[in-house]
Amino acid sequence: MCCLLIVIIIINEGINKGFIVAAEMINSLFLISHTGDIFLEKHWKSVISRSVCDYFFEAKEKAGDLENVPPILQTPHHYLISVYRGKLFFLSVVQTEVPPLFVVEFLHRVADTFQDYFGECSETVIKDNVVIVYELLEEMLDNGFPLATESNVLMEMIRPPTILRSVVNTLTGGSNVGEKLPTGQLSIIPWRRAGVKYTNNEAYFDVIEEIDAIVDKSGTTVFAEIQGVVEACVKLSGMPDLTLSFMNPRLLDDVSFHPCVRFKRWEADRVLSFIPPDGNFRLMSYHVSSQNLVAIPVYVKQNISFLETGSCGRLEITIGPKQTMGKTVEALMVTIHMPKSVLSVNLTATQGSYTYDLTTKALIWTIGKLNPQKLPNLRGSLSMQSGVPKPEENPSINLDLKIQQLAISGLKVSRLDMYGEKYKPFKGVKYLTKAGKFQVRT
Amino acid sequence: MTAMQKLLQLPVNAVNIVKTVQSQVQGQEEDKSPVLSPDSGQQTWYNALQPDELRHLRSGGSGGGGGGGGGGGDQDERAALEEGGGGGGSFQTQPLRHDDLKEMLDSNKDSLKLEAMKRIVAMIARGKNASDLFPAVVKNVACKNIEVKKLVYVYLVRYAEEQQDLALLSISTFQRGLKDPNQLIRASALRVLSSIRVTIIVPIMMLAIKEAASDMSPYVRKTAAHAIPKLYSLDPEQKDQLIEVIEKLLADKTTLVAGSVVMAFEEVCPERIDLIHKNYRKLCNLLIDVEEWGQVVIINMLTRYARTQFLNPNINESLLEEGSGGDKTFYGSDEDEDEDDDEKEKEKKAEAAAMAKRKPYVMDPDHRLLLRNTKPLLQSRNAAVVMAVAQLYFHLAPKAEVGVIAKALVRLLRSHSEVQFVVLQNVATMTIKRRGMFEPYLKSFYIRSTDPTQIKVLKLEVLTNLANETNISTILREFQTYIKSMDKDFVAATIQAIGRCATNIGEVRDTCLNGLVQLLSNRDELVVAESVVVIKKLLQMQPEKHSDIIKHMAKLTDNIQVPMARASILWLIGEYCEHVPKIAPDVLRKMAKSFTNEEDIVKLQIINLAAKLYLTNSKQTKLLTQYVLNLAKYDQNYDIRDRARFIRQLIVPTEKSGALSKYAKKLFLALKPAPVLESPFKDRDHFQLGSLSHLLNAKAGGYQELPDWPEAAPDPSVRNVEVPEWTKCSSREKRKEKKVEKPFYSDSEGESGPTESADSESDSATASDSRSGSEESGSGSESESEEDSESEEEEEEKKSKKKELKKPVQESESEQSSEEEDRKPEKKSKQQKSDSESESDEDEESESESSPSESEDSESEAEVKKKKKVAESKPPSKPVKKEKKEMSLLDLDDFEPAPSPQVTPVNTLLSNSLVTDLEGLSLSDSVLSPATIAPSSALKNYELLHRITGEGLTVEYCFSRQPFSPDANMVAVQLQFTNNSSSDTKSLHMEDVKLQSGMRVKEFPEIELLPAGETASAVMGIDFCDSTQAANFQLCTHTKKFFVSIQPPVGELMRTVFLTENEFKKEQGQLMGMNEITEKLTLDARCRNEHAIVQRVTAAANLSRVPCGSDKECSPPVRPPDHPVHRFAGRTVTSSSLVLVTVATREEGAAQLTVNCEKMVIGTMLVKDILLALTQ
Repeated sequence: MCCLLIVIIIINEGINKGFIVAAEMINSLFLISHTGDIFLEKHWKSVISRSVCDYFFEAKEKAGDLENVPPILQTPHHYLISVYRGKLFFLSVVQTEVPPLFVVEFLHRVADTFQDYFGECSETVIKDNVVIVYELLEEMLDNGFPLATESNVLMEMIRPPTILRSVVNTLTGGSNVGEKLPTGQLSIIPWRRAGVKYTNNEAYFDVIEEIDAIVDKSGTTVFAEIQGVVEACVKLSGMPDLTLSFMNPRLLDDVSFHPCVRFKRWEADRVLSFIPPDGNFRLMSYHVSSQNLVAIPVYVKQNISFLETGSCGRLEITIGPKQTMGKTVEALMVTIHMPKSVLSVNLTATQGSYTYDLTTKALIWTIGKLNPQKLPNLRGSLSMQSGVPKPEENPSINLDLKIQQLAISGLKVSRLDMYGEKYKPFKGVKYLTKAGKFQVRT
Repeated sequence: MTAMQKLLQLPVNAVNIVKTVQSQVQGQEEDKSPVLSPDSGQQTWYNALQPDELRHLRSGGSGGGGGGGGGGGDQDERAALEEGGGGGGSFQTQPLRHDDLKEMLDSNKDSLKLEAMKRIVAMIARGKNASDLFPAVVKNVACKNIEVKKLVYVYLVRYAEEQQDLALLSISTFQRGLKDPNQLIRASALRVLSSIRVTIIVPIMMLAIKEAASDMSPYVRKTAAHAIPKLYSLDPEQKDQLIEVIEKLLADKTTLVAGSVVMAFEEVCPERIDLIHKNYRKLCNLLIDVEEWGQVVIINMLTRYARTQFLNPNINESLLEEGSGGDKTFYGSDEDEDEDDDEKEKEKKAEAAAMAKRKPYVMDPDHRLLLRNTKPLLQSRNAAVVMAVAQLYFHLAPKAEVGVIAKALVRLLRSHSEVQFVVLQNVATMTIKRRGMFEPYLKSFYIRSTDPTQIKVLKLEVLTNLANETNISTILREFQTYIKSMDKDFVAATIQAIGRCATNIGEVRDTCLNGLVQLLSNRDELVVAESVVVIKKLLQMQPEKHSDIIKHMAKLTDNIQVPMARASILWLIGEYCEHVPKIAPDVLRKMAKSFTNEEDIVKLQIINLAAKLYLTNSKQTKLLTQYVLNLAKYDQNYDIRDRARFIRQLIVPTEKSGALSKYAKKLFLALKPAPVLESPFKDRDHFQLGSLSHLLNAKAGGYQELPDWPEAAPDPSVRNVEVPEWTKCSSREKRKEKKVEKPFYSDSEGESGPTESADSESDSATASDSRSGSEESGSGSESESEEDSESEEEEEEKKSKKKELKKPVQESESEQSSEEEDRKPEKKSKQQKSDSESESDEDEESESESSPSESEDSESEAEVKKKKKVAESKPPSKPVKKEKKEMSLLDLDDFEPAPSPQVTPVNTLLSNSLVTDLEGLSLSDSVLSPATIAPSSALKNYELLHRITGEGLTVEYCFSRQPFSPDANMVAVQLQFTNNSSSDTKSLHMEDVKLQSGMRVKEFPEIELLPAGETASAVMGIDFCDSTQAANFQLCTHTKKFFVSIQPPVGELMRTVFLTENEFKKEQGQLMGMNEITEKLTLDARCRNEHAIVQRVTAAANLSRVPCGSDKECSPPVRPPDHPVHRFAGRTVTSSSLVLVTVATREEGAAQLTVNCEKMVIGTMLVKDILLALTQ
């Protein structure tokens, strides 16, 4: 009799299910390696068969390039929203309307958290720590809605693995779940865990700027802008309240902040006032106003030509300093994606070394330091597939470089003040300029 | 799992049978891949896991100790074997392996259990079926070890749905957890309980949710909010009850709860927009402190809300545009795109024009509040939040203000490519409607060769939308580089983009056409084909000029093989055969030859070409046409056969051919309108931007339509928050909640959002708004408000009165209190109430001039009964009101700390007696029944730090009215610290004082130790510079910091001075004109005797009574006149300016208040405060 009753209930439930629009944001998550192996699945509601991923594989097949897989796919009953990080696809299954960015941003946050926990976000590391990963996912999402996404809070609940602890755990069967109940979630400062203690109190700030530029054939700048971030590594005891001020905050045109930054203070005084999270975090990212001319640190003289006859081509590239503000340009690297018809290259470099990857057709020339006295030069011939018409377009040159101790926009930190704690912290600021998406068209 | 399985799953062993069968099936499925491809993913997975599991086992073995190494070793080997062969998943090995897991789970060693659970969770993670372990696992639900417990929860939530009856065993554990004193345990119990999808426990869940919704801890309440949608999806029948809970939680004032409850609202009852009214302002104000994900949900919901409640801010603009047709030519290219909109707008215009002409659009202050409070979130690091704000601005903001979002969206283009993808889709839609917004950022959409193709195409789309006369040359130059790209799909898209630019911008049409023609000689066939298609469309616009291009294209038929391109060329030649009379027949000849080998679309066009040529040039082509039609007649494709038959009937005149053949020429050679090359993103904005539906351009399940703007604004008074004042004073609980939400950013909050939201613009706005409102909604609104409960009305009335009193302050002060914002609409509603339309206008005038007359007005209008009620409810409400006026730290009136008259500082009595002595009042009078009139007579206590926010530390402050000895220019503030926590608080001190310029603070001496349960007090001095600016600082203990702020009422900015009547009159004589402010008032019924007047004035401001002849106590022999004059004097603390107050009483409680003060701002504010004190 009893059994019978239950049957009816279950049937009812089944019927009901068919009619309700399932009410959750993210229903399931699949982690898929770049080879197409689903190696982890997590469901926050009813289980969705992993066969939904077939639609994704189909799209992946069609896209060819992994980067070209559409992040949002529609299938008859579900929507698949995926991000590609560290050669992994984070594929989430959604059944109802949800802001796509909400899911995308969350998936990236998951990947960030793995990065924080395991130092990298890769298939191996996730497989090695599958239980922690599962526990993390359990905490990060409740019924498909994000719950705790600050890694400071998560680390209170689930301890990240360290070599020492995994040894100890093996010996004692100890756990990686925090013994203390996490209070971070309750606090009005959810990004900082309570009771932080350090013997050396230090706060480091890296001002990192990237130059995004497109330079055309003739060497004129089509488009250039500077994007910067302030990365912080704060290891301070207690509840420090920091104020970071700049010499020239007017340079900053558009900013976005870590939630800890008090926006009103910024509006009023152009200083960053915040109670920092513990550990590494991105304090702010900014865009330097476009009125300022962007200094382009190097110039590229290039001549790439494919001969109409005789299936070969010439290549010559010279790089020289342009506006380096008196600093040395380091870690200079040139990447060129050659047309498919380029079979091999025969080049000589006056400095550094080059490699040519036959499958991806990428020519990479690693130069290193730029010596203004003796400009690095790469020249030689390219051999082409015969019988194929010469490529229409010359490949564009992508540059990588670093300049230490310089923020190319001229941004300078003037001071860092700490309130709320008695000790004197060690403070450090580092500047670094990098090439972002720096492209020279040829 | 399948329904069949559910059916079958009743008895446990039955389940197991099904399970094993299933697992067998699964196993076999899994079997296949490793067999087929030995190094497939499955296999690598096992390899990777294997050592891990071994390690667990080993540790389990050694940890087990007594279990013995031998046994452990055995297990090891066996497990290893199984794992190795596990890929095979054979029927026998599975249960075997599970047996040892069961064994481990049954052991009494936590470490063994843990290892077992870890392995089980790993199985779940890779999608293996572990359901047959359910009984063994569920036993451990009460395990002491936290990690085991957690993993058991994970398992339970995953499999409970499939094993409902067994899952019930665990319920009691959670029910116990719900009663735990620790809030985190309560929350986690509720979380798991609500995640178990078992229908039978619905009532238990419902009960638990209801209980948790009124839990002390906001975290538990948050969890309750999370549980609501879970229960709803389990049993939709519970909807009504759940809505009740949602309603309750919506009223919650903590940031922690806000996001989660709105999410629940959106999923359970998004249609119940009425639930939002009362919480609208609160949500707006809390928004900045809500966690990121909650912000997204709230913003999206508020967008929808605003669309139903406010008027279209662009309505006038669109009318203007329509009015001046001249504008249109300027936006010529837009014209066709906006066609639909224009029509819509025309309709709207017809209805709204009359109305709109009469009144200019003024934005509802609540609408403004939303826009203002969301704007800072554009700076969020979370792309979803930025996008949410962007779509809010796009859908709700006046055109002129939408621009602010462009910068933030462009910033997102630096983010991950998935983010770029979504953002670009939305930008593409926005650029169609609001091109100007993104024009300054044109270059940010330039394409790099390294961008993924899908991003390239979207950027191209945006660039095309942004193209106009001024920037087209730059854009075309960019396009030229793109055409050379190696990515051919991208090149094709670029060619289409060029075509669109050419159609949209007449000036460059020829340039584009020439460029495209050059592409016809491109080596890549795809490029050529795409060019042909685009050229065809362009030529259609002005064919007569370009016969040479047509000729050139005719030649291409020899080379181009892409069907679409061939078809396009043939169509062109047919259409414009009179421009190329010589070539056309030749092309047809060639085509006739190759007809059988062509694709279908090409064949159709050949027939078309033949027909057209036959009609224009039948002499040369008659035979050819016959031939082609004959070929087509026997084609395999029925479409082509049909077409041939139809055309033959039409063009070849026979005796039978009907009337239509006469018109054949007209039919075939009719002038065809040029195609409009339009963006695929056109009209996408009818979906809410940022939504999944917008991205897919199809309605996704659960999508909530973005409603159209209402024609007339619904009653804005629905958002007014009634403050149940009596309950507020008494209920401790409520106050607690109120303080908790005091945002972390309190220092900045004080200045932010709603505080500044009462800007002068919206001030004037409401005035005119309300006028129109009362006109429009004449009787309707009246009856509506009549229906409201009377108490509400009273309050509204009172509030609006007060608001009017305060109005000038707003203008003179830089920071304005937020309640004013709140009250404005109330004022509106009040005016709607004032039934006669003619009166309402007067009403407003009087309101700005003199408040007393205003209040008289309203009172005379009000019913007698109502008046009585007002009078009755006055005493309890009074203290609250005073509080409000003085403490505008936060935005909503209910946020303010209620006064606590019970706790009077130590020196109250003393100071009171001093003051009263000076005033010549008897002591007994001033301390008379403090319970009833305490707030007005004793020193008021304000809350600086609430117990909850202060984590046990309570701080109250009062203005002691004592001279501050270290610095005479400072106002003494007495702080009282109470340590309610169980631990000692050390080194209480203040820090990081943030002041307006000129202000100074003398910090109180550090309190070294405040033992638990103890109270301490300290005095600090603040030089407010004779302004009511707040002093913000941090209160620090040895562990925590709290942001607090002290804002003085104007009456506390002065100290008493003693003047004789003569001196008073003399000084008064020198402070005439601008320095004198006079107001008429009606004294409150209980405030007509001298004593009450004196008491109320001195309570409102730190002034001393000027003894005078009229005072009976000073000069008893003289009979007091019937209408005594009361004088009070003081000096401002900082600048020592005299403040003279005169209250001259008249008949029937009428009185005149005069304030003479050099500082006019102080004077104006003081008048208001005293007026308030005397009239209520």
